[in-house]
Formats: sequence, structure tokens, C-alpha cells
Amino acid sequence: MKVALRKVWTRSWVVNKMTYSKRLDERKNDELRPMDAKAGVIPNADGSAYFRAGKTTAYVAVYGPRELFPKFKQDPKKGLLRCHYAMMPFSGSGERIRPGTSRRAQEISMVMEQALLPVIDLSEFPNSVVDVFVQLPQTDAGTRCAAISAAAIALADAGIPMKDMISSVAVGQVDGTIVADLSYGEESYPAVVSDIPVAMTHNTKQITLLQMDGEISKEDLVKALDAAKSATEKVYDVQMKALKSKFSVENKK
Amino acid sequence: MSELLKKEREIVIPGEILAQGMDFLPGENTYRENDNIYAKALGLVYVSGRVIKITSLSGPYVPMVGDRIIGKVIDITMTGWRIDTGTAYSGLLNVKDATTRFIKKGEDLSKIIAIGDYVIVMITQVTSQRLIDLAMREPGLKKITGGRIMKINSHKVPRIIGKQASMVNLLREKTGCEITVGQNGLVWVRGTPEGELKAEGAIKRIEERSHESGLTESMDAFLGGK
Repeated sequence: MKVALRKVWTRSWVVNKMTYSKRLDERKNDELRPMDAKAGVIPNADGSAYFRAGKTTAYVAVYGPRELFPKFKQDPKKGLLRCHYAMMPFSGSGERIRPGTSRRAQEISMVMEQALLPVIDLSEFPNSVVDVFVQLPQTDAGTRCAAISAAAIALADAGIPMKDMISSVAVGQVDGTIVADLSYGEESYPAVVSDIPVAMTHNTKQITLLQMDGEISKEDLVKALDAAKSATEKVYDVQMKALKSKFSVENKK
Repeated sequence: MSELLKKEREIVIPGEILAQGMDFLPGENTYRENDNIYAKALGLVYVSGRVIKITSLSGPYVPMVGDRIIGKVIDITMTGWRIDTGTAYSGLLNVKDATTRFIKKGEDLSKIIAIGDYVIVMITQVTSQRLIDLAMREPGLKKITGGRIMKINSHKVPRIIGKQASMVNLLREKTGCEITVGQNGLVWVRGTPEGELKAEGAIKRIEERSHESGLTESMDAFLGGK
């Protein structure tokens, strides 16, 4: 399937003699996909959130702090953060995704924990655990970023002490052009492409997640990370609105 | 120059700057970094004098000494009972803090309080590792018999009780039920079946509308009209 796609792209690329000057979905280079977020979507959870960027949708439920089992994992100095990332079987555009964990899901669960931990203060909850469950009903690239952005909203909604918010978005380079928030079409564009998911704290702009797929020059990397600062800021605005509107709607009721 | 950047009772999210300058002090759920005071939780800003604090709108119940809570017996140990407090930490109710009755050595403790029973207890000690000691030797503290237990958000407990217990007294009077509200968000209601249903509906309504002002009056009308 990937091969077929590649052929189509290559052909149009040759016919139009197109370098990547215009984005596939006609966005500006620094423009993100339309975003949407909501806090408190799952009543049974202690905190929850929904986050959408274009065709990528993430639902997050937070449970805890609660008792941690198996007991040997308990830390008497602080609570543990445990993330669980899962794409739904029908969520992708390609083949059915086998339910249950995979190497990729385990990796993303791990990087999520590491991206969120720097701002979360669980020293008040020794021997306990905060569980973060992510489900993605529909995906079109940028799932780990959507998952992290949604998880930050859900953790704040759950009343977990946090020093700052975490906002996440992918930046990258497609055929020499620096772009923000790549879609799947751009990630698989038949040229030199790089996809760099970034997560940042809001106040200090510290990077808590940085991964890369593809190739990029040193100069372009610096430019891309600079673009990530303003891009995560846009995500932050959506997150803040989601959290504040949950309670102001309640105030109006 | 010191400056307060947020209004009283404004909703803030974690990481928002609340005030600049050294004239303000960080209170509950806030922290200082360099010159600024930041929010550490989602909640409402309150300023009292120089201290800025945040009252959180959600989050876990934090056990405090002196709180009366409702818990479920989950285990029986050599010297007492282990109680689920509705948090990540269970509490221990020692035999000597549980009853004034003389208990013989080797007596079957499940005859006094069995696993699965609910009890109204007071927190007497909380350690840094969140080990909780409980006691049941004061008036009003007892094993629960009959009625029903419901769970609400522990941050809404003050609204269920009301100013000088005005709300809970209103509920008792209008529904004819015995009502005990645990600080951990567990509520025990006992009365006639109709009364219990009415009280349960009313408590859920208060939880939903906890932010409204004049809630006691509107609940009076709600219960009176039914």
C-alpha cells in the first residue's frame, strides 16, 4: 500500500515539478491543523480530556492517586506516573491495528511518562500511582503529541499538582520547507522529510520530548525547534480554554 | 513593584503566573520561582492579606487529623481493623480506639465489626508516609447499620454541610433522614425508603449546583415543593 502511494506521489511530483512550496492541505507553513479540546469527558474517571488536531483524536482518562500494585513497584518517596497508550483497531488509514500492546505503543507510553513527569509533583502521594489511559479512535500522524497534550489537560482536571502545563506538537521539514504539525500525507511525502515531535513546558519553554524520524540539517533543526515554541503556544491556548470553560460553563448553569 | 495579576475567585490552570514581586507570599497549591508566584493546581484564586492561595476544584481527598470520615472495613488484623478511606491509603482502627467494651484476648474481632461493614471514624494521626490511625470512641462515631451510602466529590462536602450545618440540617428536617457526611466524600443516609430517595436526589443536586449562591434557599424550595 505504501508503495502504491509513493508511486502516485512521485508521479504528481514529476508532472507538476513541485518542490514543497504549498502544503498538501493548503495550510501556511507555521499553521497547525484545526484543534479542539474538552476537559471532563469521562464522568467515571478522576480526570479526563479529549483533544483533536485535524483527523487525529485522543481521549485520555486519569485515575488516582490510588494504591499501587504490584507492591514492589511502590516508591516510598513519591507516587508513580503510569501511562498507557493505545490506538484503536480501526483508527488508522491502513491495516487494522491489533489490539493490545506493541513495541511502538510501549515506546510511546514511556516517552509520554517522561514528557509529563518534569511538571508533575507526586511527592505528596508516596506509594501510590496515577494511571493515565489514552485511546485514539482516529489517527492521522501526530498521535503522541495529541496524547501528551490531552494527558496534560486530564491531569490538571484530575487535580494532580502540576508546576506547569505541557503542550506538544510535531514540527519538521518536508523537502526543504520547515513546517509545523505534519499530517500523514506530509510524513510520507516522497522526498527528504523529517518529523520531530516536541513537547514543551509553557513558562520556561523547556523541552520534555524530542524525537525524530527522517533527515534534517543542523540549521534546519534549529529553525524547526524555534518554530516549535510558537506552535506549542497555540496548543497551550486550546488547552487553557478547555480547562477554564469546563468550570465557567458550570458557573453559568 | 509587586503586582497581583489575577482577580479574586478567578479560575487558573497549573503554571499560570498569579503575582509578580516579593510582596506576596505563596500559599496552598502555589509556589514561588524567582520573582513570580505560580499556580500549582486547577482552582480558584483567593487572596488573604499577602498570602495567595488556590482552592482546588477537583482532586483527591487529603486525610487530615480531626476529620470525620466514613470508611469500609477491608481486613481484620491482630489488633484491629483495616479501613478503606476512599484514598490511596487505608487506615488502621485499633481495638482500644474502637470500643469501650472489654475484649478478651483471642476474641473474634469479626463479631464486633465484620469485613464489609461501614464505620464512621475520626482520623487521629497521619504520618509522612500517609499511614492513617483512626478512632471510634467519640459521640457520633459508630458502626453503620441500615440506610445507604453514596459517594460525592470530597471538594463539595462543605456545600452539603452548609454554613453552621444549615444545609444538612435542612435535608434532615425535610426528608426525615439521619444523614452523616464524611469529609472523604462518603455520605450515609438512613430513613424511610421514600425519604432516602429524596435525600439522595437532593445531595446529587447540591453536588451539581455547588457553585450557585443562595443554594440553601433554592434547596428549601426544591424539597418543599416535592
